[in-house]
Amino acid sequence: MSRAHAPRRPRLAAPSLVFAEVPGPHDEVFERVFKEESGRILASLIRWTGDIDTAEEAFQEACTIALECWPEEGLPDRPAAWLTTTARRKIIDTRRRERKRQSGVLLDREPSKATDMDDIDARLDSSLEDERLRLIFTCCHPALSVEAQVVLTLKLLGGLSTEEIARAFFVPVATLAQRLVRAKKKIRLANIPYRVPPDHLLPERVPPVLSVLYLIFNEGYSATSGETPIRTELCGEALRLGRVLVALMPDEPEVLGLLALMCFQDSRRVARLGERGQLVLLPDQDRGLWDERLIGEGLALLERARLRTRPGIFQVQAAIAALHAEADSSERTDWQQIVLLYDELLRRMPSPVVVLNRAVAVSMVEGPETALAQVDAIADAPGMSDYLFFHATRAHLSRCVGHTDSARAAYERALELAGTESERRFLIERIAELD
Amino acid sequence: MKYMFLICSDEAGYEKWTEEDLGKLLEKYGAFDDEARTSGVYVEGYRLQPTPTATTVRVRKGETLTTDGPFAETKEQLGGYYILDVPDLDAAISWAAKIPSSAYGSVEVRPIWEME
Repeated sequence: MSRAHAPRRPRLAAPSLVFAEVPGPHDEVFERVFKEESGRILASLIRWTGDIDTAEEAFQEACTIALECWPEEGLPDRPAAWLTTTARRKIIDTRRRERKRQSGVLLDREPSKATDMDDIDARLDSSLEDERLRLIFTCCHPALSVEAQVVLTLKLLGGLSTEEIARAFFVPVATLAQRLVRAKKKIRLANIPYRVPPDHLLPERVPPVLSVLYLIFNEGYSATSGETPIRTELCGEALRLGRVLVALMPDEPEVLGLLALMCFQDSRRVARLGERGQLVLLPDQDRGLWDERLIGEGLALLERARLRTRPGIFQVQAAIAALHAEADSSERTDWQQIVLLYDELLRRMPSPVVVLNRAVAVSMVEGPETALAQVDAIADAPGMSDYLFFHATRAHLSRCVGHTDSARAAYERALELAGTESERRFLIERIAELD
Repeated sequence: MKYMFLICSDEAGYEKWTEEDLGKLLEKYGAFDDEARTSGVYVEGYRLQPTPTATTVRVRKGETLTTDGPFAETKEQLGGYYILDVPDLDAAISWAAKIPSSAYGSVEVRPIWEME
């Protein structure tokens, strides 16, 4: 790649100083910059070119050029602007070559776009945020399948590679690549608009965006099958995108609620895993291991959401998580309030999973007999017979009321369903306790 | 950009409709037609005779095979279509939601393959 393709020399942030401060090899620093900035840059390039593939290719090329220039010239003080400018030049070059091929004549003057180049730097910072919001609404458009929404969001906004996403979801790379191609093709051919939906559409368009982020988070948090480091990365990615969304839509209380919920859950990540690699349930967790900073962030977000007085499912779930976060032990938790919040959640989201979670709180208020009856009542609900936590909860409550045999049977059924080593270890220990 | 709106519903279901309800449905379609025409998106639209009138034709090895009925047995049947010219899929979706049959049947929205 020739240096001639690089943009006008951008302002540099005293290169030697930058490199003195960054730990680790330069390439790692650059890769991190590429990943962190890719969402903003791609969003602005997609807006500019009107085509996702063109934008992705140009961004890749810009990164390659950066890897050649930056080690010598130093990290630009605004790497996103540098990469965007470079990528735009690549696009202009390509288009000019195509026109030349088509017409047989080399145009020596770029008609319209080239004049933009001079003030791109100036306008870049102010426009990037809006572009990212457009992109997330396009990625999570309800005309795309949920799988496609998740993959597009991680690829275009999260900066994850196709290989990384495939590994995280245990899908062959080829399958995932094809899913991406199809989704991008649908966006183009069906003309899914690249914009923030108008106000009257927001009530139906914001929830799918939040669902996608929460799905990404949960995929990493619950690790339903196997454990690889990339899965923790999904949680980090969901949190990062959640923070972006909060910055972009600070007045949407459910956006605040979702991020608060993810903060509370992520604060318990370390405490969820015991010394022997077993899953540790909330009442038994060492609360000293909870991440105070994330809890603080969650509480502040929830408070901001409450001021908007428009509750929703994520705010209610975050409120429940907050009550756990604020209690210094399981006994001193406000279970009564938690049951009331689950009632509210059930009203908004009637689901056997909510009934199950509510039953755990009920057992702390009214005792295990009442809770067990409520759990038994949903045994035939769709999905429960294959749901690990249904059987594990039923087992726990059965044990509390002294039904050792049915407790054992339920734990054993749960063990059959266990998808991770930590779940297996947890259940084997519970079964051993029954002997 | 042109989209085709394939209107599908359970034909047999109409037998249970009263004359009055069918009349109201036709009125609603009339209103939809008017709205589409006055807002300038209307290209064309037709209601189809029910599937018992359908004939399916296939040519295999040069031979024309004619069979009675639609090409596939489905729960809901194609009963009519519109072609509307709207800016993007969001606009198409909001028009689809206004088609009276979307309230009980379904409307499939497909972009027209434009020849360049």
